[in-house]
Amino acid sequence: MRRRLAGTVFYAACIAAISLTLLALLLLLLDVLSRGLGHLDPDFLSGVPSRRPARAGIMPAILGSLYLGLIVAVVTFPIGVAAGIFLEEYTKDSFLNRLLRTNISNLAGVPSIIYGIFGLALFVRALNLGETLLAGALTLSLLILPVVIIATMEALRAVPASQREAAHALGATRWQAIKGAVLPAAAPGILTGIVLSMARAIGETAPLILIGAVTFVTYAPNPVEGGYTVLPIQIFQWASRPQAEFQEIAASAILVLLALMFALNALALFLRVRLSRHLQW
Amino acid sequence: MSAQAIAERAPSADSKAAPTRRTIQISTAGVARGPLDLADPGDVAVEMQDVSCCYGTFRAVRDINLTFARREVTALIGPSGCGKSTLLRSINRMNDLIPGARTEGRVLFDGQDVTGREVDAVDVRRRIGMVFQKPNPFPKSIYENVAFGPRINGYRGNMDELVEECLHRAALWNEVKDKLKQSGLSLSGGQQQRLCIARTIATSPEVILMDEPCSALDPRATLQIEELMRELSEQYTIVIVTHNMQQAARASDRTVFMTMGDDRSGYVVEVGPTNEIFTMPKQRLTEDYVSGRFG
Amino acid sequence: MTAHTTTRRTDIGGAFPGLRRRRRSRVEQLVEAFLFLSAAVGVLTTAGIVLVLATETAGFFALVSPIDYLTGTVWSASIQPYQFGVLPLITSTLLVAVIALVLAVPVGLLAAVYLAEYASDRVRNTIKPALETIAGIPTIVLGFFAINFLTPVILQPLVPGLGGFSALAAGVVVGLLITPLVASLSDDALRAVPRALREGAYAMGATRFEVSRKVVLPAALSGVMAAVILAMSRAVGETMAVVLAAGTNPNLTLDPRESVQTMTAFIVQISLGDTPQDSIQFKALFAVGATLFAITLGLNVLSNRIVARYRNVYR
Repeated sequence: MRRRLAGTVFYAACIAAISLTLLALLLLLLDVLSRGLGHLDPDFLSGVPSRRPARAGIMPAILGSLYLGLIVAVVTFPIGVAAGIFLEEYTKDSFLNRLLRTNISNLAGVPSIIYGIFGLALFVRALNLGETLLAGALTLSLLILPVVIIATMEALRAVPASQREAAHALGATRWQAIKGAVLPAAAPGILTGIVLSMARAIGETAPLILIGAVTFVTYAPNPVEGGYTVLPIQIFQWASRPQAEFQEIAASAILVLLALMFALNALALFLRVRLSRHLQW
Repeated sequence: MSAQAIAERAPSADSKAAPTRRTIQISTAGVARGPLDLADPGDVAVEMQDVSCCYGTFRAVRDINLTFARREVTALIGPSGCGKSTLLRSINRMNDLIPGARTEGRVLFDGQDVTGREVDAVDVRRRIGMVFQKPNPFPKSIYENVAFGPRINGYRGNMDELVEECLHRAALWNEVKDKLKQSGLSLSGGQQQRLCIARTIATSPEVILMDEPCSALDPRATLQIEELMRELSEQYTIVIVTHNMQQAARASDRTVFMTMGDDRSGYVVEVGPTNEIFTMPKQRLTEDYVSGRFG
Repeated sequence: MTAHTTTRRTDIGGAFPGLRRRRRSRVEQLVEAFLFLSAAVGVLTTAGIVLVLATETAGFFALVSPIDYLTGTVWSASIQPYQFGVLPLITSTLLVAVIALVLAVPVGLLAAVYLAEYASDRVRNTIKPALETIAGIPTIVLGFFAINFLTPVILQPLVPGLGGFSALAAGVVVGLLITPLVASLSDDALRAVPRALREGAYAMGATRFEVSRKVVLPAALSGVMAAVILAMSRAVGETMAVVLAAGTNPNLTLDPRESVQTMTAFIVQISLGDTPQDSIQFKALFAVGATLFAITLGLNVLSNRIVARYRNVYR
């Protein structure tokens, strides 16, 4: 009887733990919705920042985030997929390969703000890109790269060995087998990984503070010159202000950011379901 | 495993087991060495000379001397784990793709050693095709599955004709001619395997290796593949690994019986015309195996 | 290597049409070079990070003695007299991380046990993505949640004397952030325990709770440990939620009600202001960055070691 009771109590604790976590998520969403929904109108979306919260808008921040996500995707897609292919399909058991893999997994654990410091030294100063959107995007690309590489490797690993063998038995070279048989089969997983890492890049704040993202930008950003802002930076700036009105427009901006990320996640899910429908091994 | 297996299955032969094996090993050397008696040496498609395959320090098969005659079906039979598949894969250098795998000895294809480092394994595989245990079509259309090989090998002729021709030869055309754009994975298991055969034929190989091609198929589909093999043997040299003795008996001209020693490394016990291997084997081990007493 | 890229065949002896000589085409070589270079970007990044942090920190140590930096108990980077004792930043960082772990480890672990041992596949496939949604929320949003809801609505009524910014609020919100990480990684570790082990215990008449607690959890312990360490590394490196929730007061304290400044918060503070890039404060930014990098790297390596060891147990 006591054993049964202990089991029941434990089960209740498990349920409570999950409920508590999901409740926190629900409260967060409700709080942001209740604060931010009021300001979310076309003027807010198309407007530019203002010292008066009632007239402030986030068009430059939305554009900045979109540009940023796009550049990050364009940079990390070829490099990340190529690196994933090398690590998963070539010289898998060599010392060099093990070293590179360990390095990637350690890089994935480096705090994002450290990438900001590195980006400041490399892109802003050494390569003299200045505190531009491009410098910020390249910094975030380095941050995202390990994620894309790991996603690519997992997608490649999920392709059955029989597919590689089939291609090789037809006289395919290693690259022909990868290009013709392995990559098409791994494409849904890889694309999903890339879209999700774009979402991660768009939500990043800390590294961009070091790359000089500024908040009072009233124009559409130019990637290679002039100041820029992105949604998380704009949110940070407004949330740092004591006035309740600024907290409210911060909440509105959060809703826009969450909507953007939700859209990217939905796209990732769509790609995975749609493209892998015919991939039932 | 062999010692225990023999002891368990033939308890009365407990004392006889050891001497029996000794005799066999001596006579194996005689049987396995030297090519088969063939009318014309030009009829040899593949010849293996002292071939051994190792994974790291483990010797999976040792000292194989075999010849495969042109336009014949040769079946490799033997208990599981005796290295039939490893041997098969050493012929078209598929073992190269496994880290740590090595092949010693010579595999002559049209009189040329294919095992050398300087030989392009990719070219070897194009000319010695392979069909696998589990059907493994690409997740592409039926048409693209067949066209894959010719495409990567730079085929310049009429692809539609080639695809149709290969599907005809694989006895699949009538079933798929209206749905060439459909995914190869939408076919039944037997159809998938015939698609894989069509795909293999498309690179116009001289030899087709089949690694237990029917083990994942139902009896009806198995029969279809066996008929197909018979037809294909008019044009191609076929080597098939099978654990199904009826299949070897039905579909092959010549049979190679392999087993493995105490060190778990496989060797050839007996080679002969299929009807002889199954009706009057020369070796006791072969007899035990084909009569179902062992393996 | 020949320059031919056509499929011309070369005889290598024998009267029969010869097999092609082994060679890789130009395309194949170029592709392979590109793949390798891409894989090397990671190593270059690591090398770059270490190089930047090391050189800039060396510049800082030319002005401030490393011993004073590592043992000093006062951090005053913006108010004279400047003092650069890093201990207040480290203790603040650890304080926030420990509060986060105290919350996230039990909650995450219970959630993991539920997912791995109790939940049906259908329930699991609903709950796991929901938990992972939390991990995907930008941390700036969690910081906003901390100062606007968590602190005033929940924590302040419960904890008398709690200010608007506190280590407690930061710890709670970071705890929420790392709970999915603990849950997800522990779930993987629990599910890696072979079925046979569970079945053996059930066959002896153990209840599900007893199997979970006495068989599965001990067997997965190292995996769970690795998850906890990784979560700690994540908490130590977390920036935006902490910047908003904990404040910017470099305070040597273990009182969770006080406003503190973590290492990451200091880095943000310096880069937000118009601190000249050649000032001692800016150099201190790199020294703190190097310290943070060393701590998180140490934790990650430790976690990887543990994972590598427990993998070997069941394979």
